[in-house]
Parts: sequence; structure tokens; C-alpha cells
Amino acid sequence: MKTIKDVAALSECYDLLIIGAGPAGLAAAATGAELGLSAVLVDENPAPGGQIYRGITTTPVTAKETLGADYWRGTDLVRSLEASKASYAPGATVWSVGPAPDSPDATGGMEVGVSINGAARVIQARQVIAATGALERPFPVPGWTLPGVMTAGGAQIALKTSGLVPDGKVVVAGSGPLLYLLTAQLRAAGAKISVMLDTTPLENWGRAIRHAPDFLRSPYLSKGLKLLLGANRGMRIVRGVKAISAHGDNQVTSVRFRHGSKEEELPCDVLLLHQGVVPNINLANAVGCALDWDEDQLTWVPQTDDWYETSVKGFTIAGDGAGIAGAEGAALRGRLAALGAGHRLGRLSAQERDRTAAPVRAQLIRASRGRRFLDVLYQPAKAFRVPTADDTIVCRCEEVTAGKLRETVALGVSGPNQMKSFLRCGMGPCQGRLCGLTVTELIADARGVSPGEVGGYRLRPPIKPITLGELAALPKTPAAIKAVER
Amino acid sequence: MFRRLPDLGGETVTFTIDGHPATARLGDTVAAALLASGIQSCRTTPVSGAPRAPYCMMGVCFECLVTINGIGNRQGCLIPVAEGMVVETQKGARSIASELPAKGDAA
Repeated sequence: MKTIKDVAALSECYDLLIIGAGPAGLAAAATGAELGLSAVLVDENPAPGGQIYRGITTTPVTAKETLGADYWRGTDLVRSLEASKASYAPGATVWSVGPAPDSPDATGGMEVGVSINGAARVIQARQVIAATGALERPFPVPGWTLPGVMTAGGAQIALKTSGLVPDGKVVVAGSGPLLYLLTAQLRAAGAKISVMLDTTPLENWGRAIRHAPDFLRSPYLSKGLKLLLGANRGMRIVRGVKAISAHGDNQVTSVRFRHGSKEEELPCDVLLLHQGVVPNINLANAVGCALDWDEDQLTWVPQTDDWYETSVKGFTIAGDGAGIAGAEGAALRGRLAALGAGHRLGRLSAQERDRTAAPVRAQLIRASRGRRFLDVLYQPAKAFRVPTADDTIVCRCEEVTAGKLRETVALGVSGPNQMKSFLRCGMGPCQGRLCGLTVTELIADARGVSPGEVGGYRLRPPIKPITLGELAALPKTPAAIKAVER
Repeated sequence: MFRRLPDLGGETVTFTIDGHPATARLGDTVAAALLASGIQSCRTTPVSGAPRAPYCMMGVCFECLVTINGIGNRQGCLIPVAEGMVVETQKGARSIASELPAKGDAA
């Protein structure tokens, strides 16, 4: 592996450029390099691992049982990248991907804008694999913008990278298997969590039960039982929570919640929220990939073929970015995506590709078993996706509330893009990452139509902030100079 | 809000937050270092002036925007803290005026 520390060290053109060093990206880069492709893995974080294996090469939390065996499984993925001929660029932000103006051949070359440490460069890649992973589903409740309220995943990252644990009166709230995992990891590390507010709708069990047979045969069963039993020890769990709000002046000091017919208020210094993860589709959206609304996962999922190539030729999405399937599945999908790209680049025949892929696909089927049960069981309640209280902030950046959005729908604003021009929602620095799903679902609910019909924000590059200085310092092509010459 | 686990070892880095000296563990991001230092908020919003603190720690929410070595709107959760780094909490929108070179400086 060659580590790249500044944009000048990048090549002009790669066969394969992979974005994101989580399980999918690590596996794709190593597989691509094994096929003899010139491969570069660019990642925003200072060290490999993505979020699930965050800090795996650097974490100070070295007692194996704290983060658990599943976390340490990521070590093998990093080792196979290190042993490969791939290049790896940490601390590198991709802000644009588009078709290359002078495509080097007919494979659909792409042009990729990358910044490292304040310097930008545009390079070419014959194939791009976006392994942009997942992010936590927005959890818009009153007071969720107060300091002291953060995502449970955020607290887990602070633990993995820096050995930090939340302190004081800590409350975790939400639903999903990851909530239980994160809570177990934080507690194993020494955090005192006083209460867990479980928002899983009890009625979900009725719909989930028909998917139970697969779940019962999956490794998720024993993992889940262990987490549930552990959670019941030494921590109060309130189930069937229907409403949550955070309170305080400049910092959260209490959390209010409703369960059954009871309202309760508890003092709270740190409130950790989590209600599942959704694909991070910002890049795919800006590239122009066709996206579908997934009725089970309640999110946008890019359309992909058997090799995860999207509707945009040469642009592939591997891992949770193409629909949530978990870390093990992500690594397998990364390998399949690289095999697909390798075939399109002429490195291996369709037969060789299919033969190599067959055992990977078999593993993927095993790794995905039981997920549908989890998807349906942990589908978050509508009240936590479409806030009922009008003063709840939906767009954190521009501070646009649910009430304001509903009023504006009533004026005849029918979709998220028109909503931007009325309210600026989705136009702050996060570019809709934290409000996109909520705005779509809220408009759909107010209009009485499906989210798929309402659509989502249309995004454009740069998908990450880049300074004017960086843009101005880019070399200009003759075509670009001609375009502004008078 | 957060505390550091005991006996982690590792090297220490010294930096400043709004002019006050602080220490972090080498490998911390700026946002983690701020959480460990017990700061309550890292910025106020340009819209209402409400205080905000790191929320996602993975580069998607942009709540941890701070001024680092004089440059505003930096994502604290993506930038490793470095020896001698000057970190300032950001009040409202990034101020371009304060970042421009003073008159007479070479451009």
C-alpha cells in the first residue's frame, strides 16, 4: 500500500477510484489491486475503518471485550489493504464526481475533485466505486439541537477514536440493534447509563413476526439475545416510548418522555439519540444516480445492477450506501463491486468474474439472512420521523421548523426543491444530510401522497465545502478558458 | 459532558481554545478534544445565535464548525488536533473580513 499525503502525489488517472475506507471500500480497493488495476482509496477520515471500524488502527480502547469481537474483525480488512498495491489517501475529501470531458476510452471515465489539507485537484478514474456508507437517520424531536444531545453513533466514535465516554446523567433513546450495541459498548467502557428509552413501536412485532424464521436461523439471533440480556442488567429500560423532548437553556438538563399514559421528566446531562441508519446518498444524488424510495427501510436507495453499478455508467455503489446490509455484507459487496469494475475494464472475463463472485454471493446471502426481520421490527414510528410538535426544528442548519414546513405545504409548495426557495431548508452547510428524509416524509404526509412521489432534494457538486481559493487554484483546461473568454 | 477513560497512555498535545491552554491526546480530532475539555458549545448559529455542540462526529452534520488557525467553518470532527493549534469557537457566520490578509501584505 502506498499512502498519499497531498494532492500532488495523486496520479493523473486511475483505473479504479474508491471513495470511503469502511468495510466496502477497504474490500473493494484490495480486490481491485489484486486484479492488477491501479486503485486509489480516498477517505475523509485520518485513519481507515469507516464508522463501524472507526479508529481500528489507532484506538486507545485496546481491551478486546470493550468494543467486541465484531469490531476487531475489521483488522483483517485493513491488513489486506496494507498488503495490496493500492494507494490510500486519508484526510481526503471528494467534493465532485462527474463524467470526464475527454474520456480516455469508452468505459465511461469519470472526473473526480479531491481536496487534501486545503489543496484541491481534479483527477480522472476509469471506474468509481462510492463506498460512502450510512449515516444515522435523523431523529427530529423538540430540543435535539441543544448541546448535550448527540447521536449514539457520535458517542461511539468519541469512544473508539479517543477513549471518551459520556459523563453525568446519561440517557440513551431510540430503537434498533445498533442502539443496543452502542449502549453495550459504552457501558463496557465504563459509562454509567441511567435509562434507555426504547421507542420501538410495539405493534411492529405483528408485522415482523412473519420474517422471524430467517432471523432465527441467522447469527443475529444470538448476538441480539446477548445484547438484550446485557441491557436488562443494571439499567432501567422504558419500552413503548411514544414521545421524547430535550429541555434546557443552553445545554440539555432534562428529558421528557411519554410511555403508555404516563409522562415523565428526568434530569439529563447527555442524551444520545439513535433510530437506525440510512444510506448516505449525497454523492450518488449529486452524480445523478436514479434513486428509489424503499418502503421497508424508509429511505432512498440507489438503483443498482448485480455488480452495484448505478444508472450512471462507471459509477458503482458498494456497501450500506446501496441499501443497509451491515458491515459483513458491506465488505462482500465491496468485493463484488470491484469484480464488476474489473470486468468492465477488461481485466477478467465474464466467466472468471462470475466464478470468483459465486462464493462471495453465497456468503452475502448468509450474511443478509434475518435482516428483513430487523428492518421491519425496528422501523421507527412515524411520530419520530414526521414531528407532530410544530416547534420541532427539522432543518438544523437553517433552523426551519416542522410547523413552518407544514404551513408552506399548505401554500401549495409540493416538493423539497421548491421548499428550499421558500424556507432555505437543506441549504445550510450539511446540504440536507440531516433533514432530507424528514422534509420528504413531512411533505408526503401533509399532501397525503407517497415519499417516492414527493422526491428528495436535488443535490449538486461540490457535495462538501471547498474554498474559493482551492477552486481558483485548479489548473484550467483550454475548454474552460475558452468558455469565459470574450 | 464527556470524560476520558483512565490509563489510555499515548502522547499529549497542547493547543488553545479561545486563548485558553488545553491538552488533548494525540490522535484526537478537534471535536473530540473539545468534548474532552468540557466545552459546552463550539459555535453559535448564524440564524438565531443558538449554541451548538458536536452532534454526529462523522462529518455529516456540520455542527462542530470552529475556527482553526484563523480559518473559519472547519469541521472539527474531521481534523486531527495538532501541537500549538489555535482553536476558536465560532460566533455566527464565518467572518471573511478577519481572514483576509491585512492591507500591505503580499497577496
